[in-house]
Amino acid sequence: MYKHILLASDGSENAVRAAKEAVKIASCNEESIIEVVYVVDFDKAKSDVLHSNSSEALEIERRKKNSKVLQYLNDTKIRYKTTILRGNPGPEIVKYANEQKVDLVVIGSRGLNGLQEMMLGSVSHKVMKRVNCPALIVK
Amino acid sequence: MQSLKQQWFGNVRGDILSGIVVALALIPEAIAFSIIAGVDPMVGLYASFTIAVLIAFVGGRPGMISAATGAMALVMVPLVRDYGIEYLFAATILTGIIQILFGVFKIAKLMKFIPNAVMIGFVNSLAILIFMAQVPHFIGISTMTYVFVAITLVLVYTLPRFIKVIPAPLIAIVLLTAVALFSGIELRTIGDLGSITQTLPSFIIPDVPFTFETLQIILPFSISLAIVGLVESLLTSRIVDDMTGTDSNKNQEARGQGIANFVNGFFGGMAGCAMIGQSVINVKSGGRGRLSTLVAGLFLMFLILVLGDLVVKIPMPVLVGIMIMVCIGTFDWSSFKYLVKAPRTDALVMLVTVIIVVWTHDLSKGVIAGVILSAIFFVVKISTVKIVQEDNRFIVNGQLFFASTDGFINYFKNKNIDAKHIQIDFSNSRIWDDSGVASLMKVEELLQERGITVDVIDLDTPSRKILSKLESMSSSH
Repeated sequence: MYKHILLASDGSENAVRAAKEAVKIASCNEESIIEVVYVVDFDKAKSDVLHSNSSEALEIERRKKNSKVLQYLNDTKIRYKTTILRGNPGPEIVKYANEQKVDLVVIGSRGLNGLQEMMLGSVSHKVMKRVNCPALIVK
Repeated sequence: MQSLKQQWFGNVRGDILSGIVVALALIPEAIAFSIIAGVDPMVGLYASFTIAVLIAFVGGRPGMISAATGAMALVMVPLVRDYGIEYLFAATILTGIIQILFGVFKIAKLMKFIPNAVMIGFVNSLAILIFMAQVPHFIGISTMTYVFVAITLVLVYTLPRFIKVIPAPLIAIVLLTAVALFSGIELRTIGDLGSITQTLPSFIIPDVPFTFETLQIILPFSISLAIVGLVESLLTSRIVDDMTGTDSNKNQEARGQGIANFVNGFFGGMAGCAMIGQSVINVKSGGRGRLSTLVAGLFLMFLILVLGDLVVKIPMPVLVGIMIMVCIGTFDWSSFKYLVKAPRTDALVMLVTVIIVVWTHDLSKGVIAGVILSAIFFVVKISTVKIVQEDNRFIVNGQLFFASTDGFINYFKNKNIDAKHIQIDFSNSRIWDDSGVASLMKVEELLQERGITVDVIDLDTPSRKILSKLESMSSSH
């Protein structure tokens, strides 16, 4: 069964929906653990730093962004942990999932980027194409 | 903090590759910033080489790229125009000395008092000024100039989708220079604005009279340069800290910037500082350590020595296109949302910073004005007390000290109170000094005259100490 489930989250509503599915799968097996992976995007570093007073404030701000997903997981009895990666979201998730040899990747179909609402999000697309394990894209 | 060995050799392959990428991206910028400053392209290229190589050793933020920058170039324009390049070299040396002092006396730490509204204003006005500096190079010259600027912009924004390894500006330069050369289209080139010499920089002593008058000329510029350089360098180091998830030594960085500029002035370079754009490119390309900065500097010089003849043939419109891309990348586009959502005073500070910089063409003046204005706003905010009435309880919100006592006293002076007995609740407040205590005593007296007795409740321990110390001296009981 799927023991090590990677849940890619950007904190959006889609990520919460993905979390719900990840929990459903994880609850089949007592040994399952969900690893919530949040990628701090390189392209947003400049703007994030400019708009925060200190690195501590920025840290809190980012935790807040992901809070909906974490709150949802807190309310369930599933074991989970969080990991923060830095870089370009798609490739970073793929690299991490392949290095850690996770059993399953769960990701929302699209994230926060409004422009791509019509299409499958570019991050989920990249992850789907390049990850070595099964991937679940949640609508 | 990583060990020095880690900082140098922890990421050799990534650092060498990213250093090369940065060197390629650095050449057009160093040339463009020289043109903005009104000096020969070599001045910016030498500066970039010297600063990058030195910062690799003496900087406080491994993986950060420092070289000739637009922010610094803009400050030195009047100096070069009115007094000539030798004064620029002298000013660069003095800038270095000032920055070293800033580092030694740990003044760099004060940079954290620059509010983010001012920082946002800084990058925005920088972007606007670099753009304005490009205008004379492409407006009203020829139709082909517009065409080349447009094609450059299309290339630099679409190529990264397909080719990730080679920086898009480099491809645009090579491609469009070749097109311009072989088609014989009339375009201004870098060669029309200055020359490239294929030699290493050599030691010079600036040819200026060593008099008090010279110092008077260069000192204001050096102070501005030192401030602008440190503001951009420390902002950049915070960005690199964030991207890499590691810490850096801000005072060492200030001192390092100083050492680099000091030496740089003796080798015919213009003052420089850290570059946000190039540092982001470096980290994105896999650069993390000091080696990446060193490679960037060395490879840049190598390219100039080998390819100097070709560099002068780059058409100006292509360089302008790349600079417009740099402006778009520098500008903080979330500022528009910020203007709507941020507190009014913050939005105003940001706007004032931008307006003053665009007005004076001096980033340091905008920063200073922005800091002063936000300090005033802070004082106004901290020195207002708000009092909320809940039945017979008056809750004080804010700090009670010499600047806020007037508001506190006036509230009770003008307030109609029917009750015979009231409580003043200090759970959201604190008394800081004698003036605060005196104002409280005055309010008690005031109310007593009107036949109202007062209970002061929820005073925290430090406030109570000040109060009891002074109450024994009260005039009547």
